Amino acid sequence: MIQFIQSVGRQVLDSLAGIGYALAMLMGAIIGKPQPAKSWPLFIKQMYVVGVLSMLIVIVSGLFIGMVLGLQGYTILVDYGAEQSLGPMVALSLLRELGPVVTGLLFAGRAGSALTAEIGLMKATEQLSSLEMMAVDPLRRVIAPRFWAGVVSMPLLALMFSAVGIYGGYLVGSGWLGVDEGAFWSVMQSAVDWQDDLLNGIIKSIVFAFVVTWIALYKGYRSVPTSAGISAATTSTVVTASLAILGLDFILTAIMFGG
Amino acid sequence: MTNLVELKDLTFAHGSHRVYDGLSLDVPKGKMVAVMGPSGIGKTTLLRLIGGQLKPDSGSIKVAGEEVPQLKRDALYQLRKRMSMLFQSGALFTDMSVYENVAFPLREHTDLPEEIIRSVVLMKLEAVGLRGARHLMPSELSGGMARRAALARAIALDPDLILYDEPFAGQDPISMAVIVKLIKSLNESLGLTSIVVSHDVKEVLSIADYAYVIADKKVVGKGTPDELRNNDTAIIKQFLNGAPDGPVAFHYSDDDFTTDLLRGEG
Repeated sequence: MIQFIQSVGRQVLDSLAGIGYALAMLMGAIIGKPQPAKSWPLFIKQMYVVGVLSMLIVIVSGLFIGMVLGLQGYTILVDYGAEQSLGPMVALSLLRELGPVVTGLLFAGRAGSALTAEIGLMKATEQLSSLEMMAVDPLRRVIAPRFWAGVVSMPLLALMFSAVGIYGGYLVGSGWLGVDEGAFWSVMQSAVDWQDDLLNGIIKSIVFAFVVTWIALYKGYRSVPTSAGISAATTSTVVTASLAILGLDFILTAIMFGG
Repeated sequence: MTNLVELKDLTFAHGSHRVYDGLSLDVPKGKMVAVMGPSGIGKTTLLRLIGGQLKPDSGSIKVAGEEVPQLKRDALYQLRKRMSMLFQSGALFTDMSVYENVAFPLREHTDLPEEIIRSVVLMKLEAVGLRGARHLMPSELSGGMARRAALARAIALDPDLILYDEPFAGQDPISMAVIVKLIKSLNESLGLTSIVVSHDVKEVLSIADYAYVIADKKVVGKGTPDELRNNDTAIIKQFLNGAPDGPVAFHYSDDDFTTDLLRGEG
C-alpha cells in the first residue's frame, strides 16, 4: 500500500517536473530580443518542412472525410426529406470538429513525430551541445523557429482540410446523389455563423497547434539520446499529443457550444 | 607563466554517482595539456564543466580568470566565443554542407561581409585539407574527414582555447596520424591553448606539453610526457603500458565470483 502511494506520488512529482521543464523550454525559446534577420529564414524553412510537406496528407484526408460525410449525411437526411440540409451538416461538422481535430491528429503523426525524432537525433549527435559551446542558444536557434512554424501552419492546414472537405461533400452530395446545388450552398451559407462556427474552429486549431508542437519539441529536447530513447520519445509524442487534442477538444467544445 | 584554465578541488556527481572528488588541474596559456584516463572516468564531463554546460557541486573552475560556474548566461556566452570544443562525433550540423558548417560561427557572431566569410572559411578548410570537400554534406564524409571538418569549424573564430574530446578515437592509422599532426601544428601556428582528453596514450603523449592522468575521481599522476613515462606508480604504469588488470580493475566491482555462482539467483 505504502509502495503504491509512493509510486503514485513519484509519478505526480515527475509529471509536474516535466511540465516545469516544458514551460522553461518554451519560455527560453520564445522570450528574448527578436532577431528578425536571423530567425526569419529559419522560420520559413521550418514552415516548408512542417507545413507545406504536411499539405498532401491533410488535403487528401480532408477530401475523403468530406466525401464520406456527404454520403453518410445524405442517406440519413433523405429519410426525413431533409437532404437540403446536407450542406450545413457537412460544413458544421468540418468547421467545428473534424477540421481542427483530424488535422491535429494528422499533424501530430506527420509533423510532430518528425520534429521529435529530428531534435532527439540532434541531441544524440551532440549538435545541440555544440551549438551551446559555440555560444548559440539551441532554444532560440532550433526550438523557436519550429515552434512558430507549427503554431502558424497547423491552423492554415485545418482551414484547408475543412475547405477541401466541404468540396468533397459537395461532389458526393450534389454531383453524385443529386442534392440541388443552389440549396446545398445557400442553406450552408445561412446556417454557418461566422463567429460561432468558423472563428471557434480556428481558435480550436490554434490551441491544438500550440499543444502538439510544444509536446513534440519538448519530447525531442528531453529524449534519452539513444536509439531506444528517441523511438520511445517519438511514440510518446504521437500518443500524448493525440490524447491532448481529444481531451482539449471536449473542454473547448463545452466552453464554446455547451452553454 | 599564467594559466588559462585552473580547476581547484573540484567535486561533481551525476545523481548518486560521484565522478570527481577534489580534482585540481592547471592549463598554462599556449600549451597543449593532455588529460588521460581509463574509459568511463568522466573525461568528457570534465570538458563540459570547463565549458560551463555542467555545474560542479563544489570547487572552482577558472577560465581566463573568470569563475565559470558563477557566470551569468550572457557572460558565459561571451566566454564561450573564446573557446571551442571538438566533439568526439564531430557534431557537424547534418542539414548544412561542410562550407556552411564552418561559416556558421562566423555568421552567428560576426557581421563580416560574405566575401570575407568565404575567404576565412576557405582558409580554415585549407588548413585541415578539406577545401575540396566544401560542397559535401556531413553524411558524405568519412569519420576522419568529419572530425577535420569539425576542427575547421572549431577554429573558425580563432579561439584562445580548444577542448578536444577523444580526437583520436576510432580512427584508422593514417587519419589518426593526420589529426595528430594537425592538432600539433594548429596549436603552434595559432598560439592556441589546448586540452586534449584522450586514452590514446602514445599519440597524445607525442604532442602534449604536459599531461595529467585521472583515475579514481582525481589526478593520480602528472608531468611532462617524459616524466610520466618514467613514473613508477603502479596505476600510471598500468595505464601507460595498457596492462589489463592492476590498480584499475578489469572487473566491474561485485561480490566474490564463487559466492555469486553458488547463490543461484539473478
